[in-house]
Amino acid sequence: MSESLAAKRHTKSRFGDLGPAALFLLPAMAGFLVFWVKPSIQGFRYSFTNKELLRPTADSVGFDNYRKMWGDDIFWKAMRVTLKYVVWNIGIQTIVAVGIAVLLDRLSRSNWLRTLALTPWLMSNVVAALLFFWILDFRLGVANAFFDWLGLPTKGFLNNKDWAIPSIAMINVWRHVGYTALLIFAGLQTIPKEAKEAALIDGCNGFQRFFRVTLPLLRPVLAVVMVITVIGSFQIFDTVDIATTGPGGPARSTTVIYLYIFEQAFLRRRFGYASAMSVVLFLILAVVSIIQMRLLRANESDLA
Amino acid sequence: MSAAVQDAPRRRRKRITIGDVFTWGAVAVLLVFTLFPFYWSLKTAFSSNRSLPRTATNLLPGEWSLGGFKRALGLQSTADAIADGGSGADINFRTALWNSTIVSTMVTLCQVTFCSMAAYAFARFKFPGRNALFTLLLTALMIPPIFTFLPNFIFVKDLGLLNTHLGIAAPTLLMTPFAIFFLRQFYLGLPREVEEAAQIDGAGRLRTFWLMTRMTWSAISTLALLTFIDQWNQYLWPKQVGQAADKRVLAASMGYFRSQTPQGTPDWAGLMAATWVSALPILILLLVFGRKLVNSIQFSGIK
Repeated sequence: MSESLAAKRHTKSRFGDLGPAALFLLPAMAGFLVFWVKPSIQGFRYSFTNKELLRPTADSVGFDNYRKMWGDDIFWKAMRVTLKYVVWNIGIQTIVAVGIAVLLDRLSRSNWLRTLALTPWLMSNVVAALLFFWILDFRLGVANAFFDWLGLPTKGFLNNKDWAIPSIAMINVWRHVGYTALLIFAGLQTIPKEAKEAALIDGCNGFQRFFRVTLPLLRPVLAVVMVITVIGSFQIFDTVDIATTGPGGPARSTTVIYLYIFEQAFLRRRFGYASAMSVVLFLILAVVSIIQMRLLRANESDLA
Repeated sequence: MSAAVQDAPRRRRKRITIGDVFTWGAVAVLLVFTLFPFYWSLKTAFSSNRSLPRTATNLLPGEWSLGGFKRALGLQSTADAIADGGSGADINFRTALWNSTIVSTMVTLCQVTFCSMAAYAFARFKFPGRNALFTLLLTALMIPPIFTFLPNFIFVKDLGLLNTHLGIAAPTLLMTPFAIFFLRQFYLGLPREVEEAAQIDGAGRLRTFWLMTRMTWSAISTLALLTFIDQWNQYLWPKQVGQAADKRVLAASMGYFRSQTPQGTPDWAGLMAATWVSALPILILLLVFGRKLVNSIQFSGIK
């Protein structure tokens, strides 16, 4: 029996298991080709045409879309708004997440705490946005009642052009911080206990141990987590769409880049121009990830 | 930090340290920070709109009412709804609930089946181009969704699938790179001996695959959970592809409900009840499978 099996293997060594592999891969790879590979190529090609939503044909226009983008004030405004959002969102989220991760690490036996931390992340952006749409409401929201109680001036958080982006950043901190903390927590668990004990014996206090031992050893994990969260943060859309009104909020203060791409594609039907902006966004995200990985030296561990 | 590192067994008898107070204080803050928005919307959902202006900041409903839930589920007559502070517009959340269930179930069943087949092939079969194909798959993980969104929309539109369940499900129905990546890890981790033993016993490819799949059942059910939740929460694609009132999924119809409400005086009780109706299935999944979900995050790191 085993002899014949070996013989069977031998005869088809050149193509290996190509036949059965093709059958097993067929459905998934068909989906990959049709809904991932093909549209990626198409999106790139649309960016050099004047493709419109309802028109079947399109003409090549060279780099016109890219030139137009260069002179489009709203595009630049959208980029600035997006960047402002990313800085608020990632800045607060990362710091709070590290704090929560340390807490989870201290109480690493309590599963319920980790489940609790993950809860907001499992809600949709729409749910998160609506919960805070109510809490932050200008007239009846509890946030303003709290501000009032503290003696601070009340605000129309989501329809105030200075406060809209920080407010949306906070909503997404609420939704993502527990998830980010869990990723960092997983990193904390890989730090050997000996490292902390050695620092303890050397007489370091809690703060020193955290900043001199834990944080440096956490750096590779933190780098990967930052890349994932920053890329996600750049693609903010749902929350803005739900929680602010009009095209991009008061005085376009919440026109993030995704929103502007959608406005161009579906309201103005300029698919070519929208595609060109997606290409640029893709390139920006690629560059941002590479820079982050380099800066944080993600692939070098201090443990080695 | 300091107390935790010291020898744990002796700690039980110790007096409460400052560190303990600090830790439990932090847990309390985390608890309130996480749960308050849920509580606040639930309290509002059970309030009558009429009572809200006076009692918006009370910890309990100023005037208990099931009107919000009735409107969210389309169980209230238009006249009653308007009297109760609703907009009178038909929200149709029951249809949306149905659409979300259909689409999410469809995507979960198909995607998990096809991706486990593909993951097994990547983990166990030898064929030319395997590594190149897998690398291409990993690269696709990095493409921002917007990039494929516009061409996919035109494609689905040309196929005449706008406002169909199939159209809403299409892009993720057959696969996501993440699902294949996730499951491949588990197939790789299975001992080869079991597989060889099965083959020697005369099991065919399909039978061997089924045997291996049963051994990764835990991973597959985790992926199924993640896929279902992810699809349930999708907003942008379903909103654009399924705009017709009878084909809107929950997230999309909540967005619609929100945009229909006049500035300043939304039907808060109805809106919050709708939010709870949409969040409840996921909260139940979390209560039942919480540990599984948490472990999967720690395992995969991506997603």
